[in-house]
Amino acid sequence: MTDQNIPLVEMKDISISFGGIHAVEKATIDLFPGEVVAVLGHNGAGKSTLIKVLSGAYRRDGGDILINGEAAEIRNPRDAKKYGIETIYQTLAVADNVDAAANLYLGRELRTKWGTLDDVAMEANTREVMGRLNPNFRRFKEPVKALSGGQRQSVAIARAILFDARILIMDEPTAALGPQETAQVGDLIKQLKREGIGIFLISHDIHDVFDLADRVFVMKNGKIVGHARTQDVTKDEVLGMIILGKVPPGAVPGPGAMKVA
Amino acid sequence: MADMTHSTTPHASETTTTARPEGNLVARFFRATEIDTRMLGMIGALLIIWIGFHILTGGLFLTARNLWNLSVQTASVAVMATGMVLVIVTRNIDLSVGSILGFTGMIMGVLQAQYLPQLLGFDHPAIWAVALIGGIVVGGLIGTLQGFIIAFLSVPSFIVTLGGLLVWRGATWFVTSGQTVAPMNPSFRLMGGGAEGSIGETWSWIVGIVACLAIVAAIVNARHQRKRFHFPRRPLWAEYVLAGVGFVTVIGAVMVANAYFWPINIARRYAEANGIPWPEGGLQIPHGIAIPVLIAIAAGIVMTFIATRLRFGRYVFAIGGNPEAAELAGIKTRWVTVKIFALMGVLCAIAAAISTARLNAATNAQGELDELYTIAAAVIGGTSLGGGLGTIAGAMLGALVMQSLQSGMVLLGIDTPFQRIVVGIVLVTAVWLDTVYRARAK
Repeated sequence: MTDQNIPLVEMKDISISFGGIHAVEKATIDLFPGEVVAVLGHNGAGKSTLIKVLSGAYRRDGGDILINGEAAEIRNPRDAKKYGIETIYQTLAVADNVDAAANLYLGRELRTKWGTLDDVAMEANTREVMGRLNPNFRRFKEPVKALSGGQRQSVAIARAILFDARILIMDEPTAALGPQETAQVGDLIKQLKREGIGIFLISHDIHDVFDLADRVFVMKNGKIVGHARTQDVTKDEVLGMIILGKVPPGAVPGPGAMKVA
Repeated sequence: MADMTHSTTPHASETTTTARPEGNLVARFFRATEIDTRMLGMIGALLIIWIGFHILTGGLFLTARNLWNLSVQTASVAVMATGMVLVIVTRNIDLSVGSILGFTGMIMGVLQAQYLPQLLGFDHPAIWAVALIGGIVVGGLIGTLQGFIIAFLSVPSFIVTLGGLLVWRGATWFVTSGQTVAPMNPSFRLMGGGAEGSIGETWSWIVGIVACLAIVAAIVNARHQRKRFHFPRRPLWAEYVLAGVGFVTVIGAVMVANAYFWPINIARRYAEANGIPWPEGGLQIPHGIAIPVLIAIAAGIVMTFIATRLRFGRYVFAIGGNPEAAELAGIKTRWVTVKIFALMGVLCAIAAAISTARLNAATNAQGELDELYTIAAAVIGGTSLGGGLGTIAGAMLGALVMQSLQSGMVLLGIDTPFQRIVVGIVLVTAVWLDTVYRARAK
């Protein structure tokens, strides 16, 4: 996380409004390779909206997106995928009734020279990727429905990294999981980090992400309250940022910071 | 359909990393052969129905003649059921198939009986083919139109096809102002079965042998593919068992079809026409496999290929499982829906060809209530109305179960109203048993 590198993603002064309400106002946020950045805030703070601009679900009204220092034009999810941005949705967008390989390749199936599905090749690659992510994963032939929450999450993540994602966006990745599965996802995130993938974690619960993140950005009322390296602040201080907008000494204040009289 | 007791075997987990020698012999057998216990339950139920009727009718049911007729009677609904699976898998329904069958049948009827003879000359050898293609094109267009309204105008399929049920039935009447069109072209009539519309003893054996070779080729290929990527394979004995079961089924079916001989007066006419002297004990000419049955089997194979081997089929199931996920994965879900309904229309036209050829006439009432039998066949065959689940083979077996019940009750001399009551009760019971089975298999 040395700052002399060019950031993987830089979103500068992003603004977007819906019907006159500023959902996000002049938000600036960045992400380096191999870094985990948590975007925190209450429901409605604008964190999901901000990140959906990056994943192509919303179009920004103003501001710039730089990928590897170059201006990027992201108008829809397909554009985002071209830049190596993959999103894992809160609802875990997997088809329950087909197996892991079918889900991993959904929409991008491998085919044989006769145009039929090359299931064997897809299963082979799936086994390889899943072996890397979650060596305990064995249930390749079963519908995803039969898997636990953590295993489904690892399928969703494998789906993203299979196509060389450089930037991974995870929206509330552990919201629906039990403690053991949450730990599993945590291990997964550390693994991806080692591979140099940059990860945005979106969450409203600080406990979910504080230990995983290298830095946190806190949003409130559509503005960035501030950001900090997790080693420089405590959980309570970050909570203060989320609830009150009070910026502790270890953090860099943003436009949404509480004005100290 | 009381034979769903196979749920005692553990859920068919194919995680055959190592062939763990746990469980009893039966459980191990199912795990090794990877046989779908659900499908096995259906076959068991079918056998119970067959044997039950055989006993009740005093030996009339399991005769070559009855089984041959049963296969021909099942063909039309079985063809449509293959398409209904894809429709229901994507959480849609098609109530218009019976009316589309009626309309396309009427189109094929007037084409071959009125228009084409004037255009090409009576007895032109291409009449049957042109009429068939005409019907298929019309069926495909109707399906495309309905699919388009469902996918792009967002009208629920239940409503669109309910409208279609009325529209196409009414349109059938308009083609000839209600008149029945008959007779059909002699070549076209072959698609309906009968003595002429069967392929005879020799060809039946050739078809049987080709089918056996295909089974061997499929097993060898699957094994080879899994070997290529070092995946766990079935034990060798399991492969032999599967091949053996396949052989016995195919050869048994061919033998049954060949054991049903031409009716005596048709055989006599044939003998006279070909100058064969009439032998003492009568001439015994085997029917062999009926052409409509071959058409239905071909439809089943093609549809299974589409559903399991092509990207389109994968999308159909993914949409059924989670429409939102399919959309986010970049699948053009609306176009997939249009294609499914277009395919359904084409299959209705093929079914129409079979049933008009068999009846040797195109009538207004053709295919009435067939939509319900088709849906019932798919559902009895394990297609879930909740979407995402279903197999083509299951739906065809379901059609056979429905037809077996009806034929059996006809043989027993049960009145039509009571037949309907029984079929209705069986449908509900079958789906209930399936629900119980699925809940336990989890």
